Amino acid sequence: MSAAAHVRATGHGQGGPASKRIVVGYGFWLFLLSDIVMFSAFFAAWAVLARSTAGGPSGRDLFEPPRVAAETALLLASSFTCGLSALATRARSLVWTELALLATGLLGAAFLVLEAQEFAGLVARGAGPQRSAFLSAFFALVGCHGLHVAAGLLWLGTMMAQIPVKGFRATLERRMLCFNLFWHTLDIIWVGLFTVVYLLGAGA
Amino acid sequence: MTARDSLEATPRDRGDRAPGDAIEERGLVQGLAGYGLGLALAAGLTAAAFFVAAGHLVWGPAIPMALVTLAVAQMGVHLVFFLHLTSGPDNTNNALALAFGVLIVALVLGGSVWIMAHLNHLHPAMAQMMSMRR
Repeated sequence: MSAAAHVRATGHGQGGPASKRIVVGYGFWLFLLSDIVMFSAFFAAWAVLARSTAGGPSGRDLFEPPRVAAETALLLASSFTCGLSALATRARSLVWTELALLATGLLGAAFLVLEAQEFAGLVARGAGPQRSAFLSAFFALVGCHGLHVAAGLLWLGTMMAQIPVKGFRATLERRMLCFNLFWHTLDIIWVGLFTVVYLLGAGA
Repeated sequence: MTARDSLEATPRDRGDRAPGDAIEERGLVQGLAGYGLGLALAAGLTAAAFFVAAGHLVWGPAIPMALVTLAVAQMGVHLVFFLHLTSGPDNTNNALALAFGVLIVALVLGGSVWIMAHLNHLHPAMAQMMSMRR
């Protein structure tokens, strides 16, 4: 970068403030990082309590690897289609944006259905959150991620309704940027979750 | 709405890029290829993780470290190909914020595990001391 360009660089104390898109995106990035810090507390609780089964079932008895693999595939595919929605928004294609968001939402909803089935099955077997500290930590961590996905689906539906009505105006483009950040971050948290909780937890 | 708020960063923004924004010079095809490459790499790392966890590919005691390594690699793939994080000067703020987040996460996770492991280690000795006092 040349010296002249650097002097006029915004957001570095020179050349005035950065544009709203950069300020909004950066602020939302900071929120997501604080959200990850919150998740790290749930992960720490899990790490400490994972073996405190109180004589009840352990992860090896309860977890179903095929279900977790399917959940992982659904969430990864939804992260990809979410990226396609960002590309479609850049290209100002209403149809492709809506289609990519619809695919993202359906994949996310399928993920939630699988997770809800798993939770219902555990509770039906008497392995609910009150059974042991291990299961309390499990339901808190995995459930917190599931709640984030559910909130993301609400946001996604709102975007699908707003874009055709309001068009690709700047406010909506920023919301799409933030939604993309949110959804990709949920997938990053899931990577840690399926590794630490399901794969390591089933082997412990 | 001013032109300043439009999707493409204005020329005065050459020093910064919003987190998650793709590189502007890249077209639709290149953007698609980027997401596709990220998807393929992430799917491969996920399959490897499930394979390592289930099979006899890796020496037993090394499986946890192998799984953690694969997870960290996949998080890196997501950050680079989906969140478009780079080491360039226009991403300095984004990368520094992430580095601070990683520091806090490491302190919370590592600190909790470390302290609780020590408490568990000391616990039998304390129980013995209590019984001796009685």
